[in-house]
Amino acid sequence: MGREVVQPQQQQTVPYTVEQLVAVNPYNPDILPDLENYVNEQVSSQTYSLDANLCLLRLYQFEPERMSTQIVARILVKALMAMPAPDFSLCLFLIPERVQMEEQFKTLIVLSHYLETGRFRQFWDEAAKSRHIVEAVPGFEQAIQAYAIHVLSLTYQKVPRPVLAEAINIEGLSLDKFLEHQVANCGWILEKGHGRGQLIVLPRSEFNHPELKKNNADGIPFDHIARIFPILG
Amino acid sequence: MANFDHDDAPPNSAATPPPASSDALGYDPNFVPDSVKSFVVHLYRHIREKNVYEIHQMYETSFQTLSERLFKDTPWPSVDAVAHYVDNDHVFCLLYREMWFRHLYARLSPTLKQRIDSWDNYCSLFQVVLHGVVNMQLPNQWLWDMVDEFVYQFQSFCQYRAKMKNKTEQEIALLTQFDQAWNVYGVLNFLQALVEKSMIVQILEQEKEGLEQFTSTDGYDYNGGSNVLKVLGYFSMVGLLRVHCLLGDYHTGLKCLQPIDISQQGVYTSVIGSHITTIYHYGFANLMLRRYVEAIREFNKILLYIYKTKQYHQKSPQYEQILKKNEQMYALLAICLSLCPQVKLVEETVNSQLREKYGEKMIRMQRYDDEAFAIYDELFSYACPKFITPSAPSFEEPLVNYNQDAYRLQLKLFLYEVKQQQLLSGVRTFLKVYSTISLGKLANYMEVDEPTLRTILMTYKHKTHAVDGDGKIISNADLDFYIDDDMIHVVESRPAKRYGDYFLRQIVKLEGVINDVDRIKLE
Repeated sequence: MGREVVQPQQQQTVPYTVEQLVAVNPYNPDILPDLENYVNEQVSSQTYSLDANLCLLRLYQFEPERMSTQIVARILVKALMAMPAPDFSLCLFLIPERVQMEEQFKTLIVLSHYLETGRFRQFWDEAAKSRHIVEAVPGFEQAIQAYAIHVLSLTYQKVPRPVLAEAINIEGLSLDKFLEHQVANCGWILEKGHGRGQLIVLPRSEFNHPELKKNNADGIPFDHIARIFPILG
Repeated sequence: MANFDHDDAPPNSAATPPPASSDALGYDPNFVPDSVKSFVVHLYRHIREKNVYEIHQMYETSFQTLSERLFKDTPWPSVDAVAHYVDNDHVFCLLYREMWFRHLYARLSPTLKQRIDSWDNYCSLFQVVLHGVVNMQLPNQWLWDMVDEFVYQFQSFCQYRAKMKNKTEQEIALLTQFDQAWNVYGVLNFLQALVEKSMIVQILEQEKEGLEQFTSTDGYDYNGGSNVLKVLGYFSMVGLLRVHCLLGDYHTGLKCLQPIDISQQGVYTSVIGSHITTIYHYGFANLMLRRYVEAIREFNKILLYIYKTKQYHQKSPQYEQILKKNEQMYALLAICLSLCPQVKLVEETVNSQLREKYGEKMIRMQRYDDEAFAIYDELFSYACPKFITPSAPSFEEPLVNYNQDAYRLQLKLFLYEVKQQQLLSGVRTFLKVYSTISLGKLANYMEVDEPTLRTILMTYKHKTHAVDGDGKIISNADLDFYIDDDMIHVVESRPAKRYGDYFLRQIVKLEGVINDVDRIKLE
């Protein structure tokens, strides 16, 4: 009998979304349990809210005795997944140093360091050693791959296949499949390199084709020209 | 680690404040000199008459002059002693006490009891503003000072409480008994309540559509209303930015400031202290978020502004504080430019000041060694906000000082970032002299292997491309490149020379000269 009855009730007792709750009560300790649940919900539903998570870390900062390190770890994994945004640092700024000394956080900090410095090989090696931390969060691998592709796209017009393979940690047949998908959906082009295998042409952007950068300085506003009309006439 | 004990005191703070054991100095809280009597009577009258100009004069000048003459190292007369000169007016007494405590904090060192009393006074004052009907019109300077001092006293309290080692039993008893005083929730909720109740966000929004006037009247109300709640609400947004920076929550701090468009003049620029506090914290938060270009741009603007206007503030009680923040912002600018060499964004005057102050250090910061690291440490420690730990200590455990914890954490994380970026200035030096170079050759020059070079180049790209408030990628790079297979192509963004503007100006100038020549009649 439960389901049908409970569902609408829940709707009524939670008239606000957690996002609204944070917006209305940014400094209210009573919403702490809601925010903790919301972290778990973000993990299971593969969604993300930096504002809600910072709000929770803030409440932990105000009342350290209420802190759950398990929740903090989840927030940090989610923040890693938000790269290239600086969310991981934003969270660390709020977490007391003695907490950061714990083993699981040390690992996450090392992982973040590898990502921040483009060392994807080391990152994937380290992540493989810490499966229990990162595998608890669905979508982790894909999110990091997306970040790797982001950095590669900033850097390369044409990237050698092995460099790509290392960055996204996909090889062989799976990589072929992945490339096929990217070619079909994301505008990637495969080229033959000079004798050394495949080159992947990444989509053009103003970052890997700096000449595409809009140059606003070139034009002269009309009203400036208008000023000399009387003289010209 | 650099010694971190810079004072962040409000104006006029004596270098070594004498203890507040005022009896020894012959201080009689009930004695009201004639000049003070006249001061409160006139100030009270001007407030009742809503004479903002006179209020401002008395507040900025007379109060300072009297403090200098009569209360150099004692508090002002107690509020009870002056109350009957002002009809025991409740609100006036709250305002008087606010000034009384501010003077005490600036010139003496407050006792714990006084800190708690000052908190109570702010509670009563803000309650009246939030719930009562206040019909005063007060100068922006005063309203800014209230918010500024409120946040300062909170910060000061956190620092004081964190020095647990030499607390007396009596102090600990008081701290436990009045655990709500300067509680971080209380502080944030007051500021938040002022923002909300004042409807300032909506007012600024409506102003954009021309439905409301706020900025154009400097926040004053010329229709007989009061400016107090509105302007307090406005300044509270800056207060929230500052508190969040003190807590290390830069993202939220910037979010609180968002309703104010800092690319334009606004009420926040109408008071020099507010202008500087806003930009200092805005710039610092952006620095911590790696949005260096944004930080450089705003530091440059305000430093130029201070350079041009500081002579007008020489007599102001804020002068010392202005100079100090000026110096700190030069240090922050030196940090930003060392991590992100966008000198083109810096105006000539500011740049020459910067070279004079930090030129030599900035050269050393480009290197990758311990000394460079030590300078980043030194400049950060000198220029950062006075970070606080907001939670109360545990009184049972052995009493230890934790007043440096928050600062140490922010410093450590900042230096961590510097370390991640320290190879970048090396790679930049090489890229500067090539238009194309192969990965192998550059790896050779840099004495690293090719895979390592690839990571360095990706780090360069990642660190020079920040994510802005809307999640958009923005380039902070002065020098950009791309890799095609294993060839690096360098693109230096040269500032487009603006010939168009130049010619336009010259055409207008020539026309003027020709007109002048035409007018000359040769006899």
